[in-house]
Amino acid sequence: MMSAASLRTMLDDGQPVTKHHPWPRVIVTAELWNALLDGLASSDWTMLGLWGEIGMAHLALYEDSSETIIVASLSCPDGRFPSVGRIHSPAQRLERTMADLIGLQPIGAPDYRPWLDHGCWPVRHPLGAATAPTGMRSPYRFLPAEGESLHQIPVGPVHAGIIEPGHFRFTANGETVVRLEQRLGYVHKGIESLLSGATIDQAARWLGRVSGDSTVAYALAFVRAVEAATKTVVPDRAHWLRALMAELERLANHCGDIGAICNDAAFALMLAHCAVLREKILRASAECFGHRLLMDCIVPGGVIADLSVDGVKTVRALMAELRRDFPPLVELYDNTASLQDRTVNTGFVRPALIKQFGCGGTIGRAGGRAFDARRWPGYPPYDQLTFETPLLTDSDVNARVWLRIHEVQQSLHLIEQILQQLPMGPVYMELNRPGQICEGMALIEGFRGDILVWLRLNADNTVARCHPRDPSWFQWPLLEAAIENNIVADFPICNKSFNGSYSGHDL
Amino acid sequence: MRKLLLQNLLQSPLTIPPPPPSEAALTELAAKINRATQRRLGRSLSIRQVDAGSCNGCELEIHALNNAFYDLERFGFHIVASPRHADVLLVTGPVTVNMKEALERTYAATPDPKWVVAVGDCGRDGGVFAGSYACVGGISAVIPVDLHIPGCPPTPMQLLQGLLALLQAQESR
Repeated sequence: MMSAASLRTMLDDGQPVTKHHPWPRVIVTAELWNALLDGLASSDWTMLGLWGEIGMAHLALYEDSSETIIVASLSCPDGRFPSVGRIHSPAQRLERTMADLIGLQPIGAPDYRPWLDHGCWPVRHPLGAATAPTGMRSPYRFLPAEGESLHQIPVGPVHAGIIEPGHFRFTANGETVVRLEQRLGYVHKGIESLLSGATIDQAARWLGRVSGDSTVAYALAFVRAVEAATKTVVPDRAHWLRALMAELERLANHCGDIGAICNDAAFALMLAHCAVLREKILRASAECFGHRLLMDCIVPGGVIADLSVDGVKTVRALMAELRRDFPPLVELYDNTASLQDRTVNTGFVRPALIKQFGCGGTIGRAGGRAFDARRWPGYPPYDQLTFETPLLTDSDVNARVWLRIHEVQQSLHLIEQILQQLPMGPVYMELNRPGQICEGMALIEGFRGDILVWLRLNADNTVARCHPRDPSWFQWPLLEAAIENNIVADFPICNKSFNGSYSGHDL
Repeated sequence: MRKLLLQNLLQSPLTIPPPPPSEAALTELAAKINRATQRRLGRSLSIRQVDAGSCNGCELEIHALNNAFYDLERFGFHIVASPRHADVLLVTGPVTVNMKEALERTYAATPDPKWVVAVGDCGRDGGVFAGSYACVGGISAVIPVDLHIPGCPPTPMQLLQGLLALLQAQESR
């Protein structure tokens, strides 16, 4: 085991980058990079992100014991860097993406197959040298699963429900899943390339559309990174209104998910009632801020509109309704044995895997990993609010339902506090223009888990490079593990209990 | 559970009255629907939703059409699990290059007569993603589109108005 202070100590050997906020970024040598990878494999460090740009690989690390976040950057002028995925498997898909988008080659990587690039784009390495494609499109090699009486079930990209596209390749023995392999990338929109060179306002609109269900969380992560980079101090009231929006988003999604999970066990009554609650939340959101999903309501420097006195009344009334209508649904879930028969012990994820992957959100917290970005690293106004971080350890579908139930209750409590303590004052502040290159990052707790946004701004305040990392990157691979030895028919309920984002992942 | 069911039996429904069909959508459709298709389909339409690269925002609002407030099925619209059962493809997204082939194959798998409804600003022309190397930009660049429902994302009410226009245009011919 590495010692607790080791991450910081090791960084002393690197060359710090100025104008990177709020956490340090250091340029490391290949030797130090390799030492960090060894630490990643053997200590309590968590990988928060891995991304690149032409000639540079960036690795964001988090040390639990000392509560340290750092970004280590390795210069790789020849386009090659020592593979992280070689010893830390959560990095593998991220590395395949770096190879697809930028052309950075992870040396020693266990998997060289393309990931987001399906061989159809009119350009190769769009974020890198952007050369013409070679023309040959080779079929994707799925991992083999060999044995007697195994059969394959290909599913997607077009699924049976109203759901995003992705491909699932099941290998089954009778009804039991032996292996699931995901193939994603179908909704890759090239957002990172669009962001390069965009103005901050343009970029904010794209960030709000990385994943529509998390539009508030993405906008919040982006504006906090911009505000960190430009050292803009946002008025207090804006922070509080942002938190209100974030909790409304969490409530709406959790209500939707609880209903949808039960519906996948053919318990439609729960979906019908949860969908009504979700609709009421969206209507209240539209009444208060003008958009049902709160898209584009958080802007760099503040929020788009203040909450009126009537708005406060609307949210208060909504809280009263939810306080009245939600508990009977919890009771219904709790008392329906036939429903729990489908959720208990289904889709179990080993807590060790959750820890290794740094898996956040409901999946992480239903499997014993207490990470909640609102609490740590934290951001205003959560430091002034009292709330619990619900934690369960069963790590099955049932635990993920209960975790959402507990989080709904916490969000209700949070919104009530926000309404009570909402400070007066302006809700917008013009962004600073530092007039020089500056970098910022932010870690925000969305309903799905922690969203990381890293960016570099040019001297003219345009975006040089921006990398949003969805929580799903560290959740999708665990779904492959969760479904193993479950029956094929339980895949929908497992998948829904994860509710990974395709769009946020494919970007 | 019985208590909950009983309560719902006694209270008045949440479902809203149907909105008037969208004028713009009626105009767009008037030219496209013929008598023959109306005879064959009657007043009920099966819808297959296809996400061709959306951010998931449109999907959330299409989902909402099924909740108690909008209750899509009362109008004879039914969301089905396969394009082979569908009369209408409800397509979202700027059509990512990676989804182009899947969309074409879904269209080919849908029996005639069929309609395509492009949902959202992305579905019209690629929306904010227009110009990206990874997006074709607009559903009509890949398959013929009969009706556009704009919005980012369109509200369930706007979706309902567009779909009702589809029904009404069919009936009026």
